[in-house]
Amino acid sequence: MNIKTTLLAGVVALAPVAGFAADLTIGFSQIGSESGWRAAETTVTKQQAEERGIDLKFADAQQKQENQIKAIRSFIAQGVDGILIAPVVATGWDEVLEEAKDADIPVVLLDRTVDAPEDLYLTAVTSDLVHEGNVAGQWLVDEVAGADCRIVELQGTTGSSPAIDRKTGFEQAIKGHDNLEIVRSQTGDFTRSQGKVVMESFLKAEGGANICALYAHNDDMAVGAIQAIKEAGLKPGTDIKIVSIDAVPDAHLALANGEMNATIELTPNMAGPALDAMEAYLADGTMPAKWIQTESKLYTAKDDNQAVYEMKKDLGY
Amino acid sequence: MAGSTQGLLKRITPQLIILAAALLLNVIVFPDFFHVDFRNGRLFGNIIDVLNRGAPTALLCIGMTLVIATRGIDLSVGAVMAIAGATAASLVVDGHGWFTALIGALATGAICGAWNGVLVAVLRIQPIVATLVLMVAGRGVAQLITEGTILTFLNPGLIRLGAGTILGIPTAIVIWICLGAFVAFAVRRTALGMLIESIGINEASSRLAGINSRVLLVCVYLVSGLCAALAGVIVAADIKGADANNAGLWLELDAILAVVIGGNSLLGGRFSIIASLLGAMIIQSVNSVILLSGMPPEFNLVIKAVLILGILVIQSPKVSYLWYMLRASGPQPQPDRKSPRPRTTPEEKTQ
Repeated sequence: MNIKTTLLAGVVALAPVAGFAADLTIGFSQIGSESGWRAAETTVTKQQAEERGIDLKFADAQQKQENQIKAIRSFIAQGVDGILIAPVVATGWDEVLEEAKDADIPVVLLDRTVDAPEDLYLTAVTSDLVHEGNVAGQWLVDEVAGADCRIVELQGTTGSSPAIDRKTGFEQAIKGHDNLEIVRSQTGDFTRSQGKVVMESFLKAEGGANICALYAHNDDMAVGAIQAIKEAGLKPGTDIKIVSIDAVPDAHLALANGEMNATIELTPNMAGPALDAMEAYLADGTMPAKWIQTESKLYTAKDDNQAVYEMKKDLGY
Repeated sequence: MAGSTQGLLKRITPQLIILAAALLLNVIVFPDFFHVDFRNGRLFGNIIDVLNRGAPTALLCIGMTLVIATRGIDLSVGAVMAIAGATAASLVVDGHGWFTALIGALATGAICGAWNGVLVAVLRIQPIVATLVLMVAGRGVAQLITEGTILTFLNPGLIRLGAGTILGIPTAIVIWICLGAFVAFAVRRTALGMLIESIGINEASSRLAGINSRVLLVCVYLVSGLCAALAGVIVAADIKGADANNAGLWLELDAILAVVIGGNSLLGGRFSIIASLLGAMIIQSVNSVILLSGMPPEFNLVIKAVLILGILVIQSPKVSYLWYMLRASGPQPQPDRKSPRPRTTPEEKTQ
């Protein structure tokens, strides 16, 4: 008995040295694969787990909350050490989070938050959508340096939170700069084809020469708009400045080709900070902050976009 | 010949009037609407945009008109667009030429259409359910082909199909007008159109009259699949990428609406492809009004719904009957003497 205890204590003491994380099993309930960014998030999460020697159990919920709840219950039944959830909706999580808490399994939310009491999850790792819009607006304010600028805006899907928040952030940043004015704003549904269609109408309604800058709520719409600008015989990036959000590989390519001016990264690496927090908590009970904000990095033509493109293109975007 | 032209003109008069009204609305919100100039080697103007952006709906509604004439419906066309676009993109990414990609995409569309046709004609599953299967599953198939990403390509031949021009006219416009004219001609200058109508009106009796309804039904769904595939290739070529999630999303509903605005009955029977194509242009003109008006996007769907409702009310049998009665009653319509005194409104009662 005594020898056994000593042995066990020895193993526990050695464990951190030998790589404590090697024994961790973590369940990850992903929303689905509705966008390139989502696919990249899945790829990066798997990479992060592999680098840390974590056994990642992956469950694709196909956009359904009931699938996510089922997956979480099965993770609990399997006795995993921690759970990552990218919640598909904000409400209806209390019960299943309670079950995880009762089983002493820490839960970290990725990319979106939920309407549940804060003590039911360890932390949430998300980007700040308003801040992203803010960075975009601030870039344009600095870029035009006091010159008059008529801006057209391609909004995301009407009523979606990224569309509302990215619009708010941008408007906050250009507020008080009377030389900047949003002259037209219309939804492009976050898609390339709608971005192109709506930009075509902007170019005709305002006249290409009267538009100084385009702010698109995501890169896909900006990429579509670039084609519309080219077809109208103008030079995107030169005649019309283009700033958008997400930093997908094709945006880096457009930046490298001088057809776009700036993009703000919505990093697909939400799992990195999430796993850091979880490992620290499991090792010695360190409580992280309730919200971990990811960096919203600004990429402009000054960065080595070709290199970033090569790095990102195989992530599944 | 002259008689049939006159008949056609009479048939499409309501659609022409509505289209004129929709275009007038465009002019009201944007006076330079009809201004067209030649820029960067292509015609450039709002009216060109309407014709160009209406191309996918127009192509879909050619096939949809035939399907609806047989008393069927094809909900899968949007998903077939995504599958065909993904097929074409993956073929050129693998190094094949644009023509191979186009043929490959059309073949995929034909297979999808034939699948629907067999479910409807051979297995006798109701069209709305039979095509719903592919509508739901099709996007998954498209995602399997693109592996969940937007598959971008740079093949100039394929891009020309969507974003290129022929004699300065965007290719998509040339394609839908030629295909529409060809199919309209083919069904009206042969017995084909009549046979399709007879299936829609009474399939049992048309079969007893010697029409091979099964083969004809499969063919009609196959044509719808082909039209959808062509639309899918155009949409993918336009943005130089196949977007499995969004290509043709909800476009099946616009196509059905175009057919209905074209005055075709969802209960099958008589149909006019030209009227459906005008319907597609009416829808695109309404979209154009919304974009040009500069209203906040929250109003988009409300404006569209109000305008479409107005169009459908004007076309409804009750309103046309009232219009007919009004005209029949002469220049000064008399109040109906037999009716009792006007009903009192609630406000009057309370006084």
